[in-house]
Amino acid sequence: MIRQDFARIDPKRRATFDHKRKQFATASYKPQEYPHRLNFYEIPPTAEITLEEFEQWAIDRLRILAELEACSFRNKTPAETAAHITPLLQKYLPLSSNTSSSSELANERKKDHYSHFILRLAFSATDDLRRRFARVETALFKLRFQNDDARERQAFVETLNFDWEVVGDDEKRELGAELLQSTPGVRRLEDENWFKLDWERVPELVEGRRVLLKRGKAYVPMREQMSMVVSEFTARLERSLELTSRALPRLDEDDRLSPILSHLSKNFTAPDSTYSDSNAHIPGAPINAGSIDTLSQSFPLCMRNLHMTLRKNAHLKHFGRLQYTLFLKGIGLSLEDCLLFWRQSFRNITDDTFNKEYRYNIRHSYGDVGGDANRRGRGYSPYSCQKILTEHPPGPGEAHGCPYRHFSTDNLTALLQATGVSDRDVLRGVREDVEKKRFHMACNRVFEYAHKGEIKKVKDDGTWGAAELDTIVHPNTYFKRSYMLKHLGAVKQEEAES
Amino acid sequence: MSIYSSLPAPKYSDPEIMYAFYQRLFPFRTLFQWLNHSPTPSNDFGHREFAFTLQNDAYLRYQAFPTADLLRKEVLRLNPSRFEIGPVYTTNPRERKTLRKASAFRPLAKELVFDIDLTDYDEIRTCCDKANICHKCWSFVTMAIKVVDAALKDDFGFKHIMWVYSGRRGAHAWVCDRRAREMDDQKRKAIAGYLELIRGGAQTSKKVNIRRPLHPHIARSLDILKAHFQTDILTDQDPWQSDERFATLLKLLPDKSLNESLRKKWESSPNRPSTSKWADIDSLAKTGASRSLDRKALLEAKQDIVLEYTYPRLDVEVSKKLIHLLKSPFVVHPGTGRVCVPIDTRRLEEFDPLGVPTVTQLLDEIDEWDRREGAVGGGNGSQGNGSQGNGNDDPANSQERRLQDYEKTSLKPYVDYFRAFVASLLKDEKVLKRERNEGGADAMEF
Repeated sequence: MIRQDFARIDPKRRATFDHKRKQFATASYKPQEYPHRLNFYEIPPTAEITLEEFEQWAIDRLRILAELEACSFRNKTPAETAAHITPLLQKYLPLSSNTSSSSELANERKKDHYSHFILRLAFSATDDLRRRFARVETALFKLRFQNDDARERQAFVETLNFDWEVVGDDEKRELGAELLQSTPGVRRLEDENWFKLDWERVPELVEGRRVLLKRGKAYVPMREQMSMVVSEFTARLERSLELTSRALPRLDEDDRLSPILSHLSKNFTAPDSTYSDSNAHIPGAPINAGSIDTLSQSFPLCMRNLHMTLRKNAHLKHFGRLQYTLFLKGIGLSLEDCLLFWRQSFRNITDDTFNKEYRYNIRHSYGDVGGDANRRGRGYSPYSCQKILTEHPPGPGEAHGCPYRHFSTDNLTALLQATGVSDRDVLRGVREDVEKKRFHMACNRVFEYAHKGEIKKVKDDGTWGAAELDTIVHPNTYFKRSYMLKHLGAVKQEEAES
Repeated sequence: MSIYSSLPAPKYSDPEIMYAFYQRLFPFRTLFQWLNHSPTPSNDFGHREFAFTLQNDAYLRYQAFPTADLLRKEVLRLNPSRFEIGPVYTTNPRERKTLRKASAFRPLAKELVFDIDLTDYDEIRTCCDKANICHKCWSFVTMAIKVVDAALKDDFGFKHIMWVYSGRRGAHAWVCDRRAREMDDQKRKAIAGYLELIRGGAQTSKKVNIRRPLHPHIARSLDILKAHFQTDILTDQDPWQSDERFATLLKLLPDKSLNESLRKKWESSPNRPSTSKWADIDSLAKTGASRSLDRKALLEAKQDIVLEYTYPRLDVEVSKKLIHLLKSPFVVHPGTGRVCVPIDTRRLEEFDPLGVPTVTQLLDEIDEWDRREGAVGGGNGSQGNGSQGNGNDDPANSQERRLQDYEKTSLKPYVDYFRAFVASLLKDEKVLKRERNEGGADAMEF
């Protein structure tokens, strides 16, 4: 049987055009309109803008994104973030609704559109930048989506063409009780409408058990629309960032835009949560396998807890080992000493078991083994508070994580008292912080209490400025600062500042 | 209560025994069909990663084989103590280093897997700990399987779920529906989150925190688990019998003055069994031991306690990642010698982990059978059977066919179950494939 190739177009029907004429013609684009305030950024901008506008618009947007990222690092609640960002948005990147009858409407939307695409160019180069950009852009979109006028939002959503099926009255009545049970906050069936679709479209809602599932279909209440729209936004953005990165080499020869773009991406750093190797070591401090017990006096509570658990059980589970190993690496413990430390700490197991089951992972954390990228990057970097707070919450029998976040209040108080924090006011303050989910504040409060004498001294001397006493957002910063405060005489000042 | 500690560690992974097991008993052909999803070799099998743990404990990753026979040959050559199954990749895993771009090598599909391990229950089981198990604590696994199986079938609509005994102290689930296999990490994480309930480390006192009204999945699970709680937990585990232990129970109850009267009562009658203690909560609450008692809060706290002691504790990290490897069904657990056999969920309660055959036992059964039948049939020497490609576990249709070696042993029901499972999976795959092909053709024809 002869197979027909369906993909081939019938020669008679093929569009006839003179390819030469097409190649040299000036491109003509349909001028873009912005009927909605929100934008999925599907179509790239085509009109001309000046270099100054190019740079200025990008910087304005970047400022917003950097603030958004900072908010997430500081663990601000959505409400706090919105309160913080809204005035900034008003100033740098206003976006009015259709009803506002602002004369700047078109220009505002144009700026929003163009600046987004400029930053896409700047942030598509590496995997890490792409991920961060997608995350903050999503946060920005979400913020705007929430603030949008309900009717305009509905009109915008309808243009997106999601194929969802509205649940009819009969089915609604039939599933009544279950629908109500799975939708927190809705008391009566009449108050809400549901639509159903494949559960794969709303993984976030499924994960939080906030929808009813029946045979692979998710029953999503209308007001959860946002989560869907937002996840669609992220998915599309990630895909197009991937594409942008592939097109990026075309800019290689360009000397007008590339400097601006590389400058932009360099400025998009989050200084307060990264921790580089260069400032990790404390010169002259005796850091080896035998001194960890003494040094642990200067560890933050999360690491002290790991240390105490390790001493008690002679064992830690995987994430505990990982979190602690990386921290130890960060304070400057060498790989040999680290292996020795773990070997001695796991006193109930044989050398054979240790070599088989644990040695590799420790070496991997130091970048001594593993893939090329791992070795070149010298393993993972020590976990920041942000990472400890948000990733891998501890499960049964696990001791990692942040005690302020993952302990019950009673156990937290007991642990604090065991580590020498017995002041009533401090404990009450910690409890209040924890209730408000300000885990950083709690940790810093304990730090200030434990070092109050030394802090007063360096403040009075004027030897330490505000920058050195900034809020701690990394366990290794906690250790370094604590160690230096306790050894004020021993560690020279110029080294402390470097 | 431990059953292994008294024995000297036996060498179950003795190379000769393992070799005989792979040669005569391991169902390579069915395993191939299971992973290949069609009778003719395809990339589903050819690009699938296998990882071997050799006798010297070296670990070989990124192995792949075009056919069942080649897999069998390599297994016989390397004679691994066990092997694991990973995802299907974009290219043959053996050729991953020849690719120009490392990012071109990425995982495409793998069964959605779950891992239940009894060590995660150590803080609530009183009968055994660490690697040891007995019939009492196996009921934790039974409960977990019931709850997870119901959720996967009723809520997510999956049909082809195979539960496998992990050989010592747990069970694995393999969800083989195409829809499950093709999920990315985010969707896997969503399912894991949907099923995960018990959160918090060693220092969190209350590990179940759920909102009311109960989500239908939780409500259904609670219904399943309630009955088990009475028998398997209160009677068999008796978790709060001793004086030190009932403090943990009191910590989970909300009302201070009720707790005080309960404490007094229990301290005055030491070693009161948990069943009575559990009943005491309600009876004391009725007598009005606390004036400010919030009955709703008490009821909810009691529900939470039932869940904390019975709800599945999954090792969710295994389920979240596409690239995670999991021990293959039918390999031998090196520590116990037991074969990782599938568990028939229709007869879940009857499954006995301590009755699962060990390799040595199976090989003895073959010898036993041969001796018996050899004596009866005379000269029908089935010894030669082993050397003639016995990985072929597809029974030939000829009447005079010799029995496969597995059919002579107590492994037979498990292999038969596996074959039936694979057959029903293949049937669905065929329909799906036809639909896809037809759909494709329609789309082309305009």
